[in-house]
Amino acid sequence: MGTYRDQGIVLRTYKLGETDRIVHLLTQGRGKVRAVAKGVRRPGSRFGGRLEPYSHVDLQLYEGRNLDIVNQAELLAPHAAIRADYATSAAAAVMTELTDAVAQEGERDNALFLLLRAGLQALDAGPGDPAVFVDAFLLRAASVVGFHVFTDACAVCRTPGRHVFLSVKAGGALCADCAPPGTRAVDTRVIDAVATFSRGGEWSALPGLAREAPAARATAASYARAFAEHHLDRRFKAYDAVPRP
Amino acid sequence: MYEGAIQDLIDELGRLPGVGPKSAQRIAFHLMQAEPADARRLADAITTVKDTVRFCARCFNVSEAEHCRICQDQRRDGTLLCVVEEARDVQAIERTREFRGRYHVLGGAISPIDGVGPDELHIAELIRRLDDEPVEELILATNPNVEGEATASYLSRLLEHLGVRVTRLASGLPVGGDLDYADEVTLGRAFSGRRELGA
Ligand SMILES: [Zn+2]
Ligand SMILES: [Zn+2]
Repeated sequence: MGTYRDQGIVLRTYKLGETDRIVHLLTQGRGKVRAVAKGVRRPGSRFGGRLEPYSHVDLQLYEGRNLDIVNQAELLAPHAAIRADYATSAAAAVMTELTDAVAQEGERDNALFLLLRAGLQALDAGPGDPAVFVDAFLLRAASVVGFHVFTDACAVCRTPGRHVFLSVKAGGALCADCAPPGTRAVDTRVIDAVATFSRGGEWSALPGLAREAPAARATAASYARAFAEHHLDRRFKAYDAVPRP
Repeated sequence: MYEGAIQDLIDELGRLPGVGPKSAQRIAFHLMQAEPADARRLADAITTVKDTVRFCARCFNVSEAEHCRICQDQRRDGTLLCVVEEARDVQAIERTREFRGRYHVLGGAISPIDGVGPDELHIAELIRRLDDEPVEELILATNPNVEGEATASYLSRLLEHLGVRVTRLASGLPVGGDLDYADEVTLGRAFSGRRELGA
C-alpha cells in the first residue's frame, strides 16, 4: 500500500469523529474514492476549505485497506460561486448525488468525470437558470452510464426521423407503429428540447434554448427526470430542492 | 458479541455521535469497572438532562424553562437576532462576548443531498419572530461550509422583502471548519466585521 496522486471532484462529505470527515471523490484515474481527511473540521486545518463539495482538487492520497487517507489537496477550481447561491448549490447537489450513486470504486470513468466537471463549470459560470443544467446533466449522465435517450430515430425499430411518441421505459421517441397504445404524442419542440439536453456540447446555450420554448422545456425536464430515475433505478433526493421557473 | 446487559450498553453507546463500535466497547468496560457511585452519577446526569432540559419555545436554544436565559434577559438587544444552526453555536458565540442580541437556532442546515429542506428547520418560526419582535438586523452565523452557505443564501433571499437588514459573518472564518471549533478571537472578529448580504 502506497501513495498515489490523482485529480478529483468532491462529491459529498460526512462528519467522522470530532474533527475528521469522510470525503467521497470522483477521481479521473480511479473512479470513486472514499477517503478520510483528518482534522479538516478544525480551524487552521492544512486542507482549509479545499475539500468542500464541488471543489476540483489535485490530490495525494495514502492507500488504505478500507478508506484511503488524504495527504495533500491543492485546489484546481473551487467553484465557489456554486456554494454562494442556494439554487445553484441545490442543482450541484443533484449532479454530485447522481455521480456518487453511479460511480464505482476502482473503476476509471473519464467520461463521467469530464461530464461532472463540465456541469459544475456551467453552474459556476452562470446562475439564473441552474435547473436547465440539471435537466441536461441527468440525460447526459444516463447516456454515459449506458442509457442513451433516442431522439433522432425510433428507440425500438431504429427508423430515423423526428418521432413524437415519447416513452421513458422504451428509452426515447417511438414511431407510430412501435408506440404501445396510450403512449402520449408530444410537440416536436419537446423532442428537440430532449435532444438538446442529451446531446453533449455547449452548456452555455442551454438557458437561452430553454427560454425560447418554456412549455416544451418543462415537459422535457420532467421527462429527463423520469428517464434518469427509471434507468438508473433511484430517486434523487436533491432534485426537489432545485427551484424551477 | 457479548450477552445481555453489556451488549445492550455497547449498542446504546455505539449510537452516540462520534462513537464507533471499538470506543463503545471500551467505554462499556470502563463503566463496568468503575465505582457504582460514579456510574450512577453518570446515569443520573443523563436522566436529569432529559427530564429538565428542553428547547426554548422562542429561540430553540437549550433551556431549563419555557424560555431560555438569553430570551428572558431584558438587557439583551432585541433589535439584533443571530441565526445559528445548533445550540452549541450559541455557546461558541457567547464565549466571544461580542454579541449582545438574541439568537434563533435553526436545528440544522439545508442539505438537499441529505433530503433536509427548509421545512425541516425552524424557519417558519423565524419568520413569525420577525413579525412579533422589533428585529432590525438579522445576522446569519451558519457554518462556513456548503450546507451553511446554502442555508444563508436561502434565508437571505427569503428575507429580502421583509425590510430587515441581513448580514453574514465576515470571512476569515476557516471555510470547511465547524463554527464551534473557531477560537474566540477569530469568531469575535468575524462578528464585528460582518457584511451585508444581497446588496
Ligand atoms: Zn419504431
Ligand atoms: Zn430562547
